Amino acid sequence: MNYGIDTSTDNSPLMIRTTYREAVRDAIRESILKDDRVFLMGEDVGRYGGAFGVTKGLLQELGPDKIMDTPLCESGFTGAGIGAALGGMRPIVEVMTVNFSLLAADQILNTAATYLHMSGGLFNIPLVIRMGTGGGKQLAAQHSHSLEGWYAHIPGIKVLTPAVLEDARGMLWSALEDPDPVLIFENTLLYNMEGELPATAGAVDIDRACIRRVGRDVTLISYSASLFKALEATETLAQEGIEAEVIDLRVLRPLDETTFLNSVAKTHRAVIIDEGWRSGSISAEISARIMEKAFYDLDAPVERICAAEVPIPYANHLEQAALPQPTTIVNTVRRMVTRHG
Amino acid sequence: MAITEIQIKETIFKLLKNIAPDSSPEALGQEDDVRETLGIDSYDFLNFMIGVNEEFGVEIPETAYGKLITLNDMTQYILAHAQS
Amino acid sequence: MAEFRMPSLGADMRTGTLVAWKVKPGDHLKHGDIIADVETDKGIMEIEVFENCIVEELLLAPDTKVPVGTPMAKLKLEDGAEKETIAVTDREQPSPPPAIEVPTIPVPELPQEERLRVSPLARKLATELGVDLTQVKGTGADGAIHQMDVEEAAKKLQPKPKPAEKVVALPPEAKSPEAKPTTTDFQAGMRRAIAAAMSRSNREIPHYYLETRIDMSHALQWLETENQKRSIKERILPVVLLIKAVAKALTDVPELNGYWIDDQLQVQEAIHIGFAISLRQGGLVTPAIHHADLKSLDELMAALRDLIERTRGGHLRSSELSDATITLTSLGDIGVEKVYGVIYPPQVALVGFGKIAEQPWAERGMLDVRPVLTATLAGDHRATDGMIGARFLQAINTHLQAVEKL
Repeated sequence: MNYGIDTSTDNSPLMIRTTYREAVRDAIRESILKDDRVFLMGEDVGRYGGAFGVTKGLLQELGPDKIMDTPLCESGFTGAGIGAALGGMRPIVEVMTVNFSLLAADQILNTAATYLHMSGGLFNIPLVIRMGTGGGKQLAAQHSHSLEGWYAHIPGIKVLTPAVLEDARGMLWSALEDPDPVLIFENTLLYNMEGELPATAGAVDIDRACIRRVGRDVTLISYSASLFKALEATETLAQEGIEAEVIDLRVLRPLDETTFLNSVAKTHRAVIIDEGWRSGSISAEISARIMEKAFYDLDAPVERICAAEVPIPYANHLEQAALPQPTTIVNTVRRMVTRHG
Repeated sequence: MAITEIQIKETIFKLLKNIAPDSSPEALGQEDDVRETLGIDSYDFLNFMIGVNEEFGVEIPETAYGKLITLNDMTQYILAHAQS
Repeated sequence: MAEFRMPSLGADMRTGTLVAWKVKPGDHLKHGDIIADVETDKGIMEIEVFENCIVEELLLAPDTKVPVGTPMAKLKLEDGAEKETIAVTDREQPSPPPAIEVPTIPVPELPQEERLRVSPLARKLATELGVDLTQVKGTGADGAIHQMDVEEAAKKLQPKPKPAEKVVALPPEAKSPEAKPTTTDFQAGMRRAIAAAMSRSNREIPHYYLETRIDMSHALQWLETENQKRSIKERILPVVLLIKAVAKALTDVPELNGYWIDDQLQVQEAIHIGFAISLRQGGLVTPAIHHADLKSLDELMAALRDLIERTRGGHLRSSELSDATITLTSLGDIGVEKVYGVIYPPQVALVGFGKIAEQPWAERGMLDVRPVLTATLAGDHRATDGMIGARFLQAINTHLQAVEKL
């Protein structure tokens, strides 16, 4: 299900069939082999191969100095990652899911994000933290939330949300090269997504949003797993003559507003699809920026499709009902794009 | 067969009616200022001249425009210049 | 008879690979026995059965990758019960639930006074097209007016040529028999649009006015000679010289060619001269002659002819009505000497020409009689000052004196 998104950046005909999970694994392997300062640590990343199987086989291949199992203590090992970064290393800290990252929130916000400031510009924290996010797998309320929008609130860090294989493969190296803390959120529903990548796929930019489908009637703004729901909705809409433009944000902080503002100036309508809770979400921020900077281009109020404001339910039908769905996107757009005259 | 004054007037009325469909050229007096009475601007007048040229084969130079004020002026000018 | 199917060993598992069978046909299995090894993304798992059964047939060869739910073996239950499937945690994928509508935040009750609901884009467009929003039928929720509604209304502002054809296209919802549109309706609509634009102009634009007299003798002599070379159909009207002179003067003084938007002057590169065309049945439209500076006199004459014909025939294009960068009005045919115009917002200037009439003309101590034209400028004092306006009128004069270069 790659919706014909051509993410090949390279003219070489040699394409490999891969999954999102393997793309991340290849990116970790490549980074560790390329730069001696890079290592990975986290819960179950070694012997077990990662809670979602991302790091399977890497311990055997790269050894315990590069792939470290940590105790069940997010605050501890995230702090250790910060210390290693201060000491000249380039650590990749894997936090199993964003739900558990709250145990490390103090380290991330009060230490990693502020250290450069507190040290008067003397010390950067070149740390990368990877974590799973998102619901839809019946893992219940303590394992299914989407809090990447919270982290996008914090100055001093970057927040990346790779959706396509190319970004799953290419964002890690760019994040490691960044002198400041970078958080990468991998929606766990995407790990099994299969597609093709050039065998030579490598680093990608981590500054810009990008347009995944060109349209004229409405702009769908989304990221991560929701991107594919938006793209699925566009197929139904296209059959009705409604051409939606789809923006993949890719980076939630710093937000690349130029891309979506230009799109809204063209389509005059915007719908934001966000798996986070509506109130105070990244979708709210995007909506506010559209109001501030594209007000006179709007022909309809900005709409948001977010997760229901409940702990994500365990029961499958309730969980699906709580999350944004393509049908909801279709119905919302239909209501906005009236055709008459 | 020479063209008569009556025919000329009828044709002029027809041309003017085309240009100013909401007016009544037939009601024009012999000494009325045609452009002023019917509200005809320079663009309309040029179209009128083109019509005169097509109907009567008369090519009126711009220098003569100033002499063509009344219905009588126009009729006499065409009468004098039209080919039989 | 029952089937053993590829189990789902996690909600994100879509496929599994059979690594090895741990049983063969005829084997008796009891609760907890291992039937096969299956590889998933998370590694190799041993799959148990939870019923007492006999293996009848193995349907899958080792090293085969199949989707979750694929039958892998046929089993016979020991207690004779019929069961569809025997598998670990093999949950059927439920059909997707009906989509829930995202709740929309209710709009609070407005205070007593009626308020038009207009999208920002529609409001902007209405200003540009001179559409009176109080006369627009909104098709959005609660009668909200959107871009399309304003475009529809703007279409209806276009003149209908012959009173005989009193049909104006109406939106489908207005087709009640008593709502038969008439020319009067249409004219009233146009009147309102003019009223809205002109009221706004007077309310918002601090006008300044300049005038200058231009000796037209050379220009008219040159035009007479030129027209003698042309058939009557190709003759150029004097106003075409004025259009071209204005266009060229704007290339010299670009500050008057543009818009006042967002508290600043936005000078436009393209010169689109809005030419005021009166309609015989009353009213006025100012469609644009696009890129007037780049057209020859003959091309301008053709453009003017085309514009007048289409204006009077009601076939103007919306771009012609909305993208003029300055307006030119020539009222000399009716005999007035000077025009003090009202700027058409968001433009910043309006040029007016009176009639070309013989007047006494003093030059080098001599008195002469010459065909004289009075050109006026109404300028937006927010955007430019009198000095710019004066330079512009001077430039028009200069170009008309060098008429052969137009």
